[in-house]
Amino acid sequence: MPAPLIEINEVYKSYRREHLEIPVLEKISLTVAAGEFLALMGPSGSGKTTLLNLIAGIDRPDRGTIRIGGIEIGSLGESDLARWRSRHIGFIFQLYNLIPVLTAVENVELPLLLTPLSKKQRREHAELALNVVGLSDRMRHYPRQLSGGQEQRVGIARAIVTDPTLLVADEPTGDLDKTSARDVMDLLSRLNKDFSKTIVMVTHDPRAAEQARTVRHLDKGTLI
Amino acid sequence: MMIAIPISYSLRNLWTRRLTTVLTAGGIALVIFVFSAVLMLAYGLEKTLVATGSDDNAIVIRKGSQSEMMSLIDRTAANVIRSQPEIAADPDGKPRAAAEAIVLISMPKRGTGQEAHVQTRGIAPESLAMRPQVKLLAGRLFRPGLSEVIVGAAAERRFEGIGLGRTIRFAMRDWTVVGVFAAEGSGFESEIWLDSDQLLQAFRRPVFSSMTVRLSSPSGFPPLKLRLEGDPRFNLEVKREKAFYADQSAMMAGFIRVLGLFVTVIFSLGAMIGAMITMYAAVANRTTEIGTLRALGFPRRSILLAFLIESLFLSLLGGGAGLVLASLLQNMTVSTTNFATFSELAFRFALSPAIALESLAFALVMGFLGGFLPAVRAARQNILQSLRAV
Ligand SMILES: Nc1ncnc2c1ncn2[C@@H]1O[C@H](COP(=O)(O)OP(=O)(O)OP(=O)(O)O)[C@@H](O)[C@H]1O
Ligand SMILES: [Mg+2]
Repeated sequence: MPAPLIEINEVYKSYRREHLEIPVLEKISLTVAAGEFLALMGPSGSGKTTLLNLIAGIDRPDRGTIRIGGIEIGSLGESDLARWRSRHIGFIFQLYNLIPVLTAVENVELPLLLTPLSKKQRREHAELALNVVGLSDRMRHYPRQLSGGQEQRVGIARAIVTDPTLLVADEPTGDLDKTSARDVMDLLSRLNKDFSKTIVMVTHDPRAAEQARTVRHLDKGTLI
Repeated sequence: MMIAIPISYSLRNLWTRRLTTVLTAGGIALVIFVFSAVLMLAYGLEKTLVATGSDDNAIVIRKGSQSEMMSLIDRTAANVIRSQPEIAADPDGKPRAAAEAIVLISMPKRGTGQEAHVQTRGIAPESLAMRPQVKLLAGRLFRPGLSEVIVGAAAERRFEGIGLGRTIRFAMRDWTVVGVFAAEGSGFESEIWLDSDQLLQAFRRPVFSSMTVRLSSPSGFPPLKLRLEGDPRFNLEVKREKAFYADQSAMMAGFIRVLGLFVTVIFSLGAMIGAMITMYAAVANRTTEIGTLRALGFPRRSILLAFLIESLFLSLLGGGAGLVLASLLQNMTVSTTNFATFSELAFRFALSPAIALESLAFALVMGFLGGFLPAVRAARQNILQSLRAV
């Protein structure tokens, strides 16, 4: 049996606010196999985003280890970690986080600047990714000229353009109407099924969670 | 490997907030306008005075004289100077040496009527041939033995009642203006010229002020200088004509520069703070954006560079605008008292490639200093906090 893609072992995380130490995650252990589509659910403040940030390598655990694809990411230095993220993680944000002064295709191209691809190759990859999310006809549009659902699809194209090991999505449908939310979820589950993308998604929306293969619940910093 | 966020990202952000960009660049433009105008003024002054001298000419004055006006050369010395072997001869075999006399006269300026000094030069028959840049614009040359003068074009524009055909009164005599001359914008254009014998008689002066000689070759200068300055009978100083006028301009140009730069450096603090405030605001507005770029894997230095480039372009925009404005001053004539001669000297704002480069460099320095701290703040932002800020 192959080793799981994500191995989280007894991770603790707390934040300090003034003099108070607020425990956010307590003794989290979790494994995620390659090709999995995992939904994390739980009440507000339960630590979902915090866990996702740890997996994505933009935060570090206080204790415990996080291995992804065999690499213990807690041991990487800041710039190695940044390089690791650019290769292995595709980010999908609730508020899309597109760069307003860049067009759709330029936004999608952005992560490729961190790769050795040529300008021409970058453009080709970006156009391909936009094609996958069904936005070939919106390449030269700026984010403000797109609907929320379209913006999120550009965001997804940006996340997949580098062909990362893992997609992380924090409430990807949290700001969308029903129809757009369904389109986005269909897209994510297609990426999981047809392109074998491993996805970890935080969501409040039970309908979104239905699309995932596995649902895990967090409550007050522990997995149940 | 330097991972650069495209420059167009920085440029488009400037374009997106164009009102702020224009206002901030406007502040920088103002500073650069003043900065380059000051340099153009000093350079114009230098150019005018240096153009007054010619490479082949040497000037002989009494040792230690700041200007020709303060110098005295008696007829014995003049004859000795004339006979030096390094001096070129004209076709008739006469040495090309001109003993000249300088006197300041006071005249009302056009417009204000205020009295100012005009340098009046009594010239020798050889003088004109040694100064090929001098050309008559109107009228004719004065005739020796008559109370006639020719006036430089700049003096004619600046002073009242010295146009062609007018009569000027000085040294208790009336002099008729019979010609107006140009001298390629050099200091001579601010002078009045007449026959040196007439000038000496009218002012009852026994001696000349200076002697200008044409060398057969520029290499004749060092031996000539050595011999004349070493002659114990006289107390002479020999300078290349160009160097003589350049020295005259050095003090004034230096004064203009120091004063001007002092003022602009103070102004520039204001413009720099303006740029800093603008850039801090830009960083604050784009907090989430910065967090996103960092999450995607862009290193801190890419963020630093992107914001620095933004600030540098902002300042370059201002610098370019200021320089274009300043370049409009070219060919504008101003006049001032030449500190070395106490006479009125007209000159023009003059732009040189060096001044253009210095101005743009100064703008870039302002952009760098103003943009550095905000860029550092952007680069130092914590990813998580940036992403949480909505
Ligand atoms: N940088 C931080 N500094 C201090 N406290 C933090 C920080 N980040 C998170 N917290 C706290 O940690 C707890 C968990 O936050 P987290 O964002 O992980 O919750 P969540 O499950 O994603 O909630 P939501 O559903 O509202 O997004 C909260 O109490 C939050 O206030
Ligand atoms: Mg959250």
